[in-house]
Amino acid sequence: MIQEEKYEVAVIGAGAAGLCAATVCASAGRNTLVVDREEHPGGILRQCIHSGFGLRYFKEELTGPEYAERVAEKAERAGVRFRFGTTVVSIRREENGMLAITALSAAEGVRIIRADALILAMGCRERSRGNLAVPGSRPAGVFTAGAAQRLLNIEGILPGKKAVIAGSGDIGLIMARRLTWAGIRVEAVVEIMPYPAGLTRNIVQCLDDFHIPLLLEHSLVNILGHGRVEAVEVAPLSRGVPVTERKFRIDCDTVLFSVGLIPENELSAEAGVELNPATGGPLVDSSYETGVPGIFACGNVLHVHDLADFVSEEAEHAARMVLRRLDGSSGGSGQFPVRVESNLKYVVPNRFLPGCGTRFAFRSLIVCDDGVLEAEQNGKILLSKRFSCVRPAEMLTLELPGSLLKEPGELRFRLRKGEEI
Amino acid sequence: MIYDVAVIGAGVSGASTAWRLSRYQLHTVLLEWRSDVGFGVSKANSGIVHAGFHHPLSTLKARLEIRGNLMFEALQHELGFPFRRTGILVAAFSREEMVTVHKLYEQGIANGVPGMEMCGRERLLQLEKKLNPEVVGGCFAPGGGTIEPYRYVFSLVESATRNGVCLKCDFEVAEASRAEDVWRIRSSSGAEVRARYVVNAAGLFADRVSGIFGAEEFTIRPRKGEEYLLDRSSAARPERVVFPVPGAHSKGVLVIPTAEGTTMIGPTSDAVDDKFDTAASAEQMQRILSHVRNLIPGVSPRDLITSFAGLRPVMDNEDFYIALSEKAPAFVQVAGIQSPGLTASPAIGEYVKDLLKSAGLPLLEKVHFAVELAPRHEVRHESPAALDRLHSGNPAWTHIVCRCEKISEAEIVEAVRKGHTTLDGVKFYTRAGMGRCQGGFCAARIMRIISRETGIPMEELTKKGGNSRLAAGRLGDLPVNTAEVRGGEGA
Repeated sequence: MIQEEKYEVAVIGAGAAGLCAATVCASAGRNTLVVDREEHPGGILRQCIHSGFGLRYFKEELTGPEYAERVAEKAERAGVRFRFGTTVVSIRREENGMLAITALSAAEGVRIIRADALILAMGCRERSRGNLAVPGSRPAGVFTAGAAQRLLNIEGILPGKKAVIAGSGDIGLIMARRLTWAGIRVEAVVEIMPYPAGLTRNIVQCLDDFHIPLLLEHSLVNILGHGRVEAVEVAPLSRGVPVTERKFRIDCDTVLFSVGLIPENELSAEAGVELNPATGGPLVDSSYETGVPGIFACGNVLHVHDLADFVSEEAEHAARMVLRRLDGSSGGSGQFPVRVESNLKYVVPNRFLPGCGTRFAFRSLIVCDDGVLEAEQNGKILLSKRFSCVRPAEMLTLELPGSLLKEPGELRFRLRKGEEI
Repeated sequence: MIYDVAVIGAGVSGASTAWRLSRYQLHTVLLEWRSDVGFGVSKANSGIVHAGFHHPLSTLKARLEIRGNLMFEALQHELGFPFRRTGILVAAFSREEMVTVHKLYEQGIANGVPGMEMCGRERLLQLEKKLNPEVVGGCFAPGGGTIEPYRYVFSLVESATRNGVCLKCDFEVAEASRAEDVWRIRSSSGAEVRARYVVNAAGLFADRVSGIFGAEEFTIRPRKGEEYLLDRSSAARPERVVFPVPGAHSKGVLVIPTAEGTTMIGPTSDAVDDKFDTAASAEQMQRILSHVRNLIPGVSPRDLITSFAGLRPVMDNEDFYIALSEKAPAFVQVAGIQSPGLTASPAIGEYVKDLLKSAGLPLLEKVHFAVELAPRHEVRHESPAALDRLHSGNPAWTHIVCRCEKISEAEIVEAVRKGHTTLDGVKFYTRAGMGRCQGGFCAARIMRIISRETGIPMEELTKKGGNSRLAAGRLGDLPVNTAEVRGGEGA
C-alpha cells in the first residue's frame, strides 16, 4: 500500500537551509516535515570537517558537523518531523490545488506527502569536468572536490597521492589543505581568472600556509593517463585563450575540480517553477515564493551562498514569509520587478512589495576595493552603500527598509567603482 | 575441456556471434581482455541503428547492415535492451547538398530501405520541429533508430551465458598453436583455453590476433570519433536522428536523441596512430558544436554533461572483413567492423555461424534454449504502485542511490551480482553515475555497495579494471611531512 500523509509545511532537504526554515515553521506551531535522502541531518555540512562555520549565526567558530548538529537540535526541539533516507522523485500540484510530493525510502517504500506549503531546500551540486568538457583521456583519479572530500572525510579513503586542483572555489581550497594533512602532495591550484574564486581567508589558510602554488590565469588543457591519471598539462592564458606553446606538464595521479556550484533544480523545473538563468535557482518574489503558488525556495537551491550562516538567515526569513502566507496574507500580487544593471551578476529576490522592507543579496562581476551599490527607482537613488572589498566570491547584501520602498515601479541595482580607483 | 568455438572479443560482433552459437549444442567460450564486456569499440559508439542508405550493396557492410536493421525488434523483444525506431533524416542546406541527398535516396531505394522518402523543407520541419529552418530539403528513413550499445552487448552476453556460453574476462590472447585439429590459446597471464574453431572479433586488435594465429596479415587503423553528451533536460533534444549530408569518409556530425532520453552530438572522424588514444580535445568540441548548431540551433554548451571518444577499427578498403581464413585452419576473421557494425551485428553473428558451418562445425539446435531474458525492473520506468510492490519484496528497490538517473540500490546490487564489479561496469549496466552530476554524489555510495557485495575493500576497487584504481589507500596510510605542514591554526 502506498502510504499518504499530510502536513502544513513540507521541506525538501535537511541541510542548513531546510533545518532552519523548518525550525521557524514548527516553532510557530505548524505541522512541519523535513525529507532528506541521507540517513542523517546536515547535508553537505557533514563532510565539511574544517572550522569557520557559525561565526555570524552562532557567534562562535564551529566545524561543519558541529554546525549541522546545532541546527538539527534546534529543529528537533521545535518539533520538526523527519523522514531520512527518503528521496523525493516528483513534485506536482493535484487537481484540488494541493501540493503533493512522491518520495521513496527503503524503510517505507513509496509515500505521497501532501502539504499546504512546500519549501525547496535541496542545495546545489558541483560542476564536473564533463560540464566544462576538459580535454584529455578519462582515467580514474578525476574527482569533484566535494566527492574527494566525501571519500576522505566520510569513507576514510585516500583519493590519491599527488594532486592538482582545477579551479579555486572554496571547496577546492579547503581540500588542498585537507589533502596535505592526509599526506597527499598538492602540486598546484589552477585558476583561469586573474583572481581566486574562493574567499580570501581560504587562500591564506589553505594555500599560503602550506606553500601550495596558485596559478592564476592558467588553464588545465589536458588530462593524461589510461588506467589512472598520470599527469596534466597546464597553459597560461592570454585574453582568456590558452597559450599552448607555453603549456607545461605536472605529474600527478589525481585531479580535483572545484569549478563552481549549480543549484539542484531539476525537481523544481519539473514542478513548473521558473528558473533564473543568472542564478540557476528559482525566480522568487519578496516572500521567497516561486512562480508556483505555495512553493518557496531558500538556501543554495535558490542561489549559491558563500557562507552557511547566510543560508540559515535567508531560510529563517523565507520561513517567516511562509508562515504569513499560511496565516492568510495574499501572495505575490502587487509586487514589482527587481533588476540588476552594471557589474552585478544577479539579485535575489526578483520582485518586491511596496512598503515592505526587504533584504537583497547580490553577486558582483568585478573585483574592486571600493565599490558603491546603488538602488534606483523611477530615476531616483533610494539608497547607496559603500563596500571596501568587492569580490565575485563574496555575496553582497543590502537592506531596503519599507520607508524607502514605498513607491510602485521597477527597482534597479548597480555597482560602481568608487572615485579614487 | 576442449571448446567447440572460442570467440575472441566481447564487443558487439563477438557477443552477437557467441549469442547466435548459444542456440546450438556447442561448447562456446567468449574471451575478453578487458574487465567487462563491450568496453572497447562498442562502448564509445553513437548508438545508431542505421537505415541502410549510406553504403552501396556492393559492400558486405551494406548487405549485413540492411539485414541487421530488420532484426532489432525481435532482439529487443527477447533481450530487452533500450531501442527506439526514431527515424533518421538527412538535412541539406544547399542545392549542391541536395544532389548528394538524391544519390542517398536512390541508393536507399536500390538497397530496399523501407519507407525511404525525399522531403522538401516543409516536410522536414514537420518531421523534426527543432531543425534549423534554413534547411532546404533532405530525405527520411523511418526504419533508423537509436540503441544503448553497451546495454545491447550486456544483454547478448547475459543471454549467451544463460544458454551455456562460458565468458572469460581479463583474458588477453598472447600465444596460439594448433595440434590435432585443436587450437591451444594462451593468455598473457598464463591461462589456457583449447578450442576447435576460433572467431577473431578482436576489434582494434584483430590484426594482432590474426598474426598470433598465423592467419592473414592486415592492418586495422583506428579512426577517432569524439562525442559530447547533453543533459536530458536539454531543449535541443530532437525527435529523430538528424544527419548532415555525408562527407567522403564519415556520415558526418549528428544530433542523436539517445534511447535513454539524453542527447548526443558527434562523432568526429580523424585517423590516429595510437589504439589507446581516446582523448577528447577542445578544438573538436568547437567543431562539433558549430556543425550541430547548423542542424539544430538550440544545442548549447551549457547542457554538456560529459564527453568521450571511441576508435573505429578501419580496414584499408573501408569494408568489413568477415571470412574464413585462407591461411589458418578453422579460423574466422571478423575485422574492420566500423560503422555500421552495430546495426549489422545481429546479421554478423548469423553470417559467422554460417561460415563456421561451411568449415565443418556441426550445428544441432538445442532442445532447451532460453529465448527471453527475464525482464529487468528499473525505478525510472516503474509506476509508484509497481515500485511499492517491488519494495515489499525487497526494500532496496526504493533506496535511491543515483539521484540524477533515479537508480536504486537493488539495480546496483543486481549489476554487481551479475559480475559488473567495476565502477564503470555498474555505470554502464545501470546508468548510475551517467547523469548530470557524473557520479559526484553517488560514486562513493556505489563503491560502498560493490565493496559490500564482493568483499573487495573500497580502496582496491577500480574504475574499469587493470590499473584504474579509484583510491590510493586508507586515511593514515601516507606519511605526513610535518615540517612542510605548518600553520592551519584553529582547524
